[in-house]
Amino acid sequence: MSDINPITVNVDAAIALNKYNVDEENAHIELVDNPDDEEFKKLVRLCPAGLYKIDKDGNKTFDYAGCLECGTCRIACESTILKKWDNPQPGMGVEYRFG
Amino acid sequence: MADQEPDFDIIVVGCGCAGAVAAYTAAQAGKSVLVVERGEYSGAKNMTGGRIYSHALKKVFPDFEKEAPVERKVTHERIAMMDPTANMTVDFTSDKLSQEGKDSYTVLRAPFDQWLSSKAEDAGAEIINGIAVEQLIKDDAGRVVGIKAGEDEITASVVIVAEGANNLLTERCLGAKRPTPDEMAVGIKEVFQLPSDQIEQRFLCPKGEGAAMLFVGDCTHGRTGGGFLYTNKDSISLGLVATISQIEKADNPTPIYQMLDDFKHHPAVAPIIDGAKLVEHSGHLVPEGGYNMVPQLVYDGCLVAGDAGMLCMNLGYQVRGMDFAVESGRIAGEVACKAIDAKDTSATGLASYKTQLEQGFVLSDLKTFSAWPETMLDWKRMFTEYPKAVEGIFNAMFVVDGQNQKHLKERIKPIIKEMGTWKTLKEVRGALKAL
Ligand SMILES: Cc1cc2nc3c(=O)[nH]c(=O)nc-3n(C[C@H](O)[C@H](O)[C@H](O)COP(=O)(O)OP(=O)(O)OC[C@H]3O[C@@H](n4cnc5c(N)ncnc54)[C@H](O)[C@@H]3O)c2cc1C
Ligand code: SF4
Repeated sequence: MSDINPITVNVDAAIALNKYNVDEENAHIELVDNPDDEEFKKLVRLCPAGLYKIDKDGNKTFDYAGCLECGTCRIACESTILKKWDNPQPGMGVEYRFG
Repeated sequence: MADQEPDFDIIVVGCGCAGAVAAYTAAQAGKSVLVVERGEYSGAKNMTGGRIYSHALKKVFPDFEKEAPVERKVTHERIAMMDPTANMTVDFTSDKLSQEGKDSYTVLRAPFDQWLSSKAEDAGAEIINGIAVEQLIKDDAGRVVGIKAGEDEITASVVIVAEGANNLLTERCLGAKRPTPDEMAVGIKEVFQLPSDQIEQRFLCPKGEGAAMLFVGDCTHGRTGGGFLYTNKDSISLGLVATISQIEKADNPTPIYQMLDDFKHHPAVAPIIDGAKLVEHSGHLVPEGGYNMVPQLVYDGCLVAGDAGMLCMNLGYQVRGMDFAVESGRIAGEVACKAIDAKDTSATGLASYKTQLEQGFVLSDLKTFSAWPETMLDWKRMFTEYPKAVEGIFNAMFVVDGQNQKHLKERIKPIIKEMGTWKTLKEVRGALKAL
């Protein structure tokens, strides 16, 4: 079984404190159509920003807007369910003030 | 293209510790240097634990600690083993930890990298911020002759790739193999603001000094990895580093960001950040496969430095990447200059980069500990049963309930027995050999 325990932390609120220049036009990370469930769950477990989500009804969502550009999903799944992983366009993406 | 004068002597990709130092070194030697950094400012995309050991940086900037935006001098080393309900911390301090050249400083990369970058710029390097290099340009013979960034193609005699751990160019343009999920860890960190006097009180440190703390056990819910805590001037860096292959596994029910939250609420951690204000949440890769994952570092017209070359080491009680980045950046800068002067920037002309890394501490230390990454990955009990046994032993020592007590030996024996005496001895011996 590969189930994920209920989440008690609001990671969206944590990343909302970061500074971003979100590129509304251009997704720098893209998933393949109908990604495999088990591969997707790897990313749910791994993404430090919690951007890969599965809702109550089992729908999979991914929102690149809060991406920390770490590359973890690339190491785990570039050869499986990631179609694209590139650096964001000039001036876009996360901007750490502390780091 | 090869017959034309290149636009620059040296192009450096990335202005982190490795890139900034490479650029400074080359500019200082009178070469024309262009640095392309994808962050809007240097450091904007970077995160570390972290503390930097001073020795390597001192070779480049002998008085850096007086001038650079370092946070605190680390004079307290803490190691903690945590079980879900218990925690044992060792707090060590010694005058050796503050001796010049053996000392270390906590840093936050946004201010720190901007300082490094300003040093390179003052030395004459040109820095372009806010744009990523998309490709390394090669000539027909496969030699690296420049970079492509946005619309621009810019050429150089030598390109130094210092792009960090998520090394897209090294993989896509230089053919390095993608690190495996066993060789890479995911790092997650939060920064909490706390007044400086409170930090000193909470860590029992003199003014301006601070602590580095590494945790093993429940912080990663028993998975291979660990927790870290570093005291900055008026903030605390708190986070986790955990091997990707162990977090992604189907039997792991807890996402890494939930683990961090659980870690923050552990009774041994919560009081440290009590009342502190969360100001940033970050993530970064950590190469931890060691010597065996280091790719080819020298190419025709190109050198790879720092994390891009997987020059990073996580021993559990010691994390080193920034001093490796600084040292490899400096050597890359020097070797590139010499090769340009000698008019041979082929892989042969640049070969002394690798030799110098091997002779110095960078590849030598990585080689010494080359067995550790695998040993750590196999030593699953270190993250589960050992912290539990520690809890048992210390409970046996400290819990007094009015019942007739047995000798300490009698109380501890069952705990050791449950661990498996031989198995434990064997594991510890194996680990000591790898460390
Ligand atoms: C959680 C964590 C804890 C750590 N703790 C410690 C510690 O306590 N002590 C220690 O010594 N080390 C520690 N490390 C390791 C250390 O942070 C790294 O080894 C070090 O930062 C590597 O420096 P670098 O210059 O090689 O790479 P980076 O600092 O990553 O710099 C790479 C630079 O290249 C830029 N870049 C990338 N791609 C491109 C491109 N295509 N075009 C233009 N620019 C690009 C990036 O924006 C970045 O500025 C830790 C790492 C992590 C993640
Ligand atoms: S790069 Fe890192 S932060 Fe961005 S989606 Fe992938 S795992 Fe999440």
